[in-house]
Amino acid sequence: MPVTDISHDLDALTLTITAQFAAPVQRIWDIYADPRQLEKVWGPPEYPATVVDHDLSPGGRVTYYMTGPEGDHVYGYWNVLTVEEPSSFSYEDGFADESFAPNPEMPTSTCVSTFTEQDGTTLARYVTTFGTREGLQTVLDMGVEEGSRSAIDQIDSLVA
Amino acid sequence: MHQISDDRVDAWFHALSDRTRRDILRRVLVTEQSVSSLARNYSMSLTAVQKHVGVLERAGLITRRRTGRETLTRGDAGTVRSAAQLLTELEAVWRERIARIDDLLDAEADPAPTPPSHPKD
Repeated sequence: MPVTDISHDLDALTLTITAQFAAPVQRIWDIYADPRQLEKVWGPPEYPATVVDHDLSPGGRVTYYMTGPEGDHVYGYWNVLTVEEPSSFSYEDGFADESFAPNPEMPTSTCVSTFTEQDGTTLARYVTTFGTREGLQTVLDMGVEEGSRSAIDQIDSLVA
Repeated sequence: MHQISDDRVDAWFHALSDRTRRDILRRVLVTEQSVSSLARNYSMSLTAVQKHVGVLERAGLITRRRTGRETLTRGDAGTVRSAAQLLTELEAVWRERIARIDDLLDAEADPAPTPPSHPKD
């Protein structure tokens, strides 16, 4: 397992996860700089991601949607905050509507990704911070609730 | 994946075999509600709605908690979890992303072998 360290800060609602990848820093950077590679690693296999806009520069936006098993879509965006190729970038991650306008009713998180070279490998550190416990729970429940609702709708149509 | 017993599946199907109960579940998955506010959506007695809520609760589909004089009902997906549990769930999301990066790098370092043109002896 490439994950080398994890820390949970319960007060700041911050997860810090560190991984060591057997590749140079520039190679890891390229995954994020290339929308086709980014979509391979971002969404889970049952909710594959499609990256639409991709401007990895300060003030730029990355937009994506994830397609669920029922053909349902979840839309999201990154507001890119800082970029220091190839060593770090940070962004605000949020949910959007179909036109990729941010959904103000959904919580956002802030993510800082840092890549440092170590003996030819890359230490990648991902720091994710949520504003509130409820915000974090809402984001985690998204997939669960979407899934439950579509399952119930299916049962509804079966027995109707 | 969770192991789900046949008894639990039977309880789910029984609970979801009723249109009113499906409607209740759909509402409480979106927001936590009191039984009395749920009852206002249906032309049946509060007791009848309470019975439906009880069936959903025994099936493990919803949870109830008392606050003051009210009983609030919520879909189980929305069960209140501690910050520690939530960060652990978030950790799982990031672990999966990291595993996918690792897979991507592996596939590149060790490209899928092309089928040999000559079968091995």
